[in-house]
Amino acid sequence: MLQVSNLNVYYGESHILRNVDMSIPSGQMVCLIGRNGVGKTTLLKTIMGLLKSRTGEILFTGKPISKIATDRRVRMGIGYVPQGREIIPRVTVKENLLLGLEARPQGRKGNEAIPEEIFALFPVLKTMLSRMGGDLSGGQQQQLAIARALMGKPRLLVLDEPTEGIQPSIILEIEAAVKRIIAATGISVLLVEQHLHFVRQADKYYAMQKGGIVASGSTSELSQEIIQEFLAV
Amino acid sequence: MSALIEGLFNGISIGSVLLIAALGLAIVFGLMGVINLAHGELMMLGAYTTFVVQNVFKPLGEPWFELYILFSLPVAFIVSALFGLALERGVIRFLYGRPLETLLATWGVSLILRQFVRSVNWLLVISIAVFCLCFFGGMAILKRLSHWERIRNWAITILLFISSAISIALGFLIDRVGTLALTKPWFSARNVDVTAPTWLRGGWKILGFQMPYARLFIIALTIICLLGVYWFLNRSTWGLRIRAVTQNRSMSACLGIPTAKVDALTFALGSGLAGVAGCAVSLLGSVGPNTGQNYIVDTFMVVVVGGVGNLFGTVVAGLSIGIINYLIGSGTLALIFTSTESLKPLVDFFLFFATSSMAKVMVFAIIITFLQVKPAGLFPQKGRTAEL
Ligand SMILES: Nc1ncnc2c1ncn2[C@@H]1O[C@H](COP(=O)(O)OP(=O)(O)O)[C@@H](O)[C@H]1O
Ligand SMILES: [Mg+2]
Repeated sequence: MLQVSNLNVYYGESHILRNVDMSIPSGQMVCLIGRNGVGKTTLLKTIMGLLKSRTGEILFTGKPISKIATDRRVRMGIGYVPQGREIIPRVTVKENLLLGLEARPQGRKGNEAIPEEIFALFPVLKTMLSRMGGDLSGGQQQQLAIARALMGKPRLLVLDEPTEGIQPSIILEIEAAVKRIIAATGISVLLVEQHLHFVRQADKYYAMQKGGIVASGSTSELSQEIIQEFLAV
Repeated sequence: MSALIEGLFNGISIGSVLLIAALGLAIVFGLMGVINLAHGELMMLGAYTTFVVQNVFKPLGEPWFELYILFSLPVAFIVSALFGLALERGVIRFLYGRPLETLLATWGVSLILRQFVRSVNWLLVISIAVFCLCFFGGMAILKRLSHWERIRNWAITILLFISSAISIALGFLIDRVGTLALTKPWFSARNVDVTAPTWLRGGWKILGFQMPYARLFIIALTIICLLGVYWFLNRSTWGLRIRAVTQNRSMSACLGIPTAKVDALTFALGSGLAGVAGCAVSLLGSVGPNTGQNYIVDTFMVVVVGGVGNLFGTVVAGLSIGIINYLIGSGTLALIFTSTESLKPLVDFFLFFATSSMAKVMVFAIIITFLQVKPAGLFPQKGRTAEL
């Protein structure tokens, strides 16, 4: 689904990503782990086109996308749930969800209804449709952000720390929702996560250190040392 | 009682002129954060468009001529919007997030536009058309080449050179052999007059004073524009896109919103509204190359006082500035205090400012004081756009 090869990304003169290689097979869930500040978000932003890579190539469903603008990448089928959620603050929850429709390949057509599956996954949202996005709690915003990404029917879902700063009961809800999404749609997922329980849901992991991938493999063989070294727990 | 209504009417009518002129800027500057110093010139373009439409309708005779103003409104909107679109695509989109450069560039554009209406003639129009045809036509053909990305910079330089050479040469040629009609300026540097249709002349007599129809028309037009803009921003699909992009640009792109298109559309909308405002002010007096300049300071003032990015604030600010301006300028404020002998100095003070130009000075002073107390305006914007 997604191949990243030999990616080098800089912020100004500081070298953040170093020769990153990674691949997400179709229909699989891949988890990216690493301590704070190693460059996980930077990698995701580069995949979305928010940052430019100096060298390297990104292939999505076999097509090179490095030169394609962010909004077109999204319409090709990449749904993004950023770190910090980035809900549009002074727009209602319903409008935030409708904005998710923009990601459909043909764009948004008129006022479509919000599908029931979204509310089945996140029942809280149904009662909050007319609230401002910025007024929701962190957990609700996170659920809204995932729901919004799903509105566009993506083929690859990119989640950046969806459980960061969220109370434990909601973490479990979000985890369960992601599992149900994968079971129902067969979507591929790229997840950045710090909670071991959630990491173990993935098929494959990549571990990052100082801007490079230093370990990878199946999550079933995640050893205690790797967990000690790369998870901030 | 009638004096109060008269004061209110005049204040609102000054305010509605300010408001309609500031409405486009409230979108371009308020929502997009672009400091467009050519906004006044976009108004002027609208006013000149009204003049042209009027001249087209003149030979059509009576029933039609009466209606020209209704036709010129959409035409002025379209002309200014198209020019705004070209300005955004050609200049401003390269300068997002660089206010100083935007300021200088748009100031340059305003100078160009002012000179353009002074000297525009068929020769100039033909030359520009030929240039655009050569340049953009050439680009379109060259873009089909497979190695376009590599030769891009070179191709643009060479095309620019060739197209200018062709259009200048053609210009000289026409100048030699052509008739005077081709080189005669359309408007010249002098002001032109838009004559209001008869149904907008005169006024509505009520309670012993007269409300000029032209003013009532502008008030109605302002209300319609306000409602239209409100509906568009809050109810339409593109309005939602515009709000999303102005609140969080990078996340909007990550949702699949075509941000570049949204920027172009927003700018075109703001520019088009400037055109409508130009059409409105052409009813109030003669129109010249400097018409836009008379409004640019006022419009920025209204947007800043209202609170940047807040349409409702713009409305309140426009009307209050209009009313305060009238109360001071007409001497009404001085009249209130004449009854009390001890307030004589205060009366003298207000009488001193009781002319339209001195009233402006006082309003300016009041606004500067106000902005010391509330630098973010009447209704400061909360959230991340405010931090920019
Ligand atoms: N806007 C920025 N400008 C400069 N450096 C940045 C910026 N954002 C992040 N960085 C740096 O890039 C590195 C990687 O950051 P990030 O990708 O956010 O890490 P992670 O998501 O793994 O915690 C950090 O060292 C951080 O300081
Ligand atoms: Mg991060």
